[in-house]
Amino acid sequence: MSQSENLQQEIQGTSLSDYGDSAAWQYLKWGSLVALIIFLIVIPHYVGAYYQFVLSLWAVTAISAQGLNLMMGYAGKVSLAQGAFMGIGAYVSTLLVQNWGVNFWLAMIIAIIVSIIIGAAIGFPALRVEGHYLAFVTLGFNELVVLFLRNEDQWTGGPLGVLNIERPSIFGYSLFEPTRFYYFTLVMLAISSLLVWYMIRSPWGRAFKALKDNPNRAESLGLDTTSYTLMAFAIGSGLAGFSGTLIAPLVEFVEPNQFQLLKSLEYLLMVMVGGRGFLAGPLIGAFFAEVLPEWLRFADEYYLIFFAIFVMLLIRFFPEGVAGFGKQIRRTFFRQTSPQVQGEQNA
Amino acid sequence: MSQARKKVLEVRDIHKSFGFVKANRGISFDVYEGEILGVIGPNGCGKTTLFNCILGQLKADSGTVSLNGQDVTGQKPAQLAKAGLGRTFQLLQVFDSMTVEENLLTAAQAHVGSIFSRLFMQPDLGKMDDVNRVIEAFRLGHLAKEDAGSLSYGQQKLLDIAMGLMSNPQIVFLDEPAGGVNLSMLADVKSRLLELNEAGMTFAVIEHNMEFIFEVADRIVVIAEGEVLMVGTADEVRNDPKVIEAYLGH
Ligand SMILES: Nc1ncnc2c1ncn2[C@@H]1O[C@H](COP(=O)(O)OP(=O)(O)O)[C@@H](O)[C@H]1O
Ligand SMILES: [Mg+2]
Repeated sequence: MSQSENLQQEIQGTSLSDYGDSAAWQYLKWGSLVALIIFLIVIPHYVGAYYQFVLSLWAVTAISAQGLNLMMGYAGKVSLAQGAFMGIGAYVSTLLVQNWGVNFWLAMIIAIIVSIIIGAAIGFPALRVEGHYLAFVTLGFNELVVLFLRNEDQWTGGPLGVLNIERPSIFGYSLFEPTRFYYFTLVMLAISSLLVWYMIRSPWGRAFKALKDNPNRAESLGLDTTSYTLMAFAIGSGLAGFSGTLIAPLVEFVEPNQFQLLKSLEYLLMVMVGGRGFLAGPLIGAFFAEVLPEWLRFADEYYLIFFAIFVMLLIRFFPEGVAGFGKQIRRTFFRQTSPQVQGEQNA
Repeated sequence: MSQARKKVLEVRDIHKSFGFVKANRGISFDVYEGEILGVIGPNGCGKTTLFNCILGQLKADSGTVSLNGQDVTGQKPAQLAKAGLGRTFQLLQVFDSMTVEENLLTAAQAHVGSIFSRLFMQPDLGKMDDVNRVIEAFRLGHLAKEDAGSLSYGQQKLLDIAMGLMSNPQIVFLDEPAGGVNLSMLADVKSRLLELNEAGMTFAVIEHNMEFIFEVADRIVVIAEGEVLMVGTADEVRNDPKVIEAYLGH
């Protein structure tokens, strides 16, 4: 009894802000971010057009992975339709530009809005089903979209898709040249990252996490779980659509095969490997999917075997992915433990 | 003591069956402002079902619930929470992957602004002071930045209760707050409950631990086999032969 009174007195004498991450961790975290940004800005001076293309692909892929991370990592709603939504974004924007002469930027906005609306509609099954069932529903939707793209030739160009997609200009400044397009995708990734960061630290971020941890409790606390579920799907799919509007001018063609179920599974893996529910997760996951294979070219067809083994080991030992591993390091080495907690541990 | 007080909640004739099991067979009772109302009864007599029917987790077969004279029967849990009914569940329910602080902010946020306006407000919605006050009241200060999932069972239980009253509800429903809690933590739960009640908060508390409920409750509703056996003070309940019979008879 007297011990707990002691403890209470000690606690009252300390302010809450004394706890949490140590300053060293803060330096490491922000330092890494600044280093990454500088690296991404200067790298085109040191690598050729091909690597700039690969890095552009990384940036565009990361945007879509950020969308899935929002749905799956934060709100706990699995989706196997991320590829399909990229397809919707890519096709809608491309066809608007090519067939109707719509301005690229307007086409981009329309494509994103279409993805958001269809994404919200796909969210409705998520109100009723969870986990594996939800995976099947979204998987079915992905197949449906690919079938549509393949079969509706008069709209979509059928199995061959659309070739010779032009890269856009901004204020008369052409983005055709690889370095320029790379910086363009980098800015888009920055916008997407800021958007996701803002949302996650807002009350919506907490609502999404609450939805994942315990929807029943969330509801009993007055949170509108229906709206949040639909919003998670709408925004996550919107980011996939956004990514799609970028991938079309990046690779300069679209075809149904780019957006197959396999693509969606790849995104699922990226989010898991990178770290579900971490802001850095999709950036890391997209790195594994798009950049690492280039470095491991010497391994050729064995790359997939390496990758599969790596994923299995990672999930076995670090179920929270690479970013989750970072969190463990923080916990172990960079923790600013309060005297009270130490006292309890000793007792 | 409750007769002169304002009636906050009126529960009338709640019926609820699961197949052939009649869990609630016409339960009625009132909750008055500022009281701690105990709800006791043998295991499986229908207490949790009753709370779930009142608070929208279950749909009652019949019966009505009114809050401040307004009919709120059949409303969804989130609506009832916003209308001023806070709760905990019999099984612990906190958000494991969020810190203690975030858990409490989450518990408070549905009551500020609208879903869209919340997106453009400051992240803590101006609720950090409330959170700190509750954290202090529940002596959880040293754990504020810890993930809820890493706390001990008793600490999580305290957090769960704290979440239930974060929005400053008109009535807080607690389903077995003392369940599974060790003795020193039990004393903690009891003190917090009495302090908050002293400060004006109204509670309806299901509890299996008789000693606990006899000490904290102003009035007690005794339920047996889905019906109200009696309503009375701790002394009245303790000495009533019907109650003794209900507990020992089965
Ligand atoms: N979801 C359910 N489905 C079927 N039977 C249930 C369900 N919930 C409760 N019951 C039954 O209803 C009766 C009352 O249960 P409950 O309200 O949990 O009792 P208490 O909380 O008083 O211990 C029990 O016989 C229980 O088995
Ligand atoms: Mg019960």
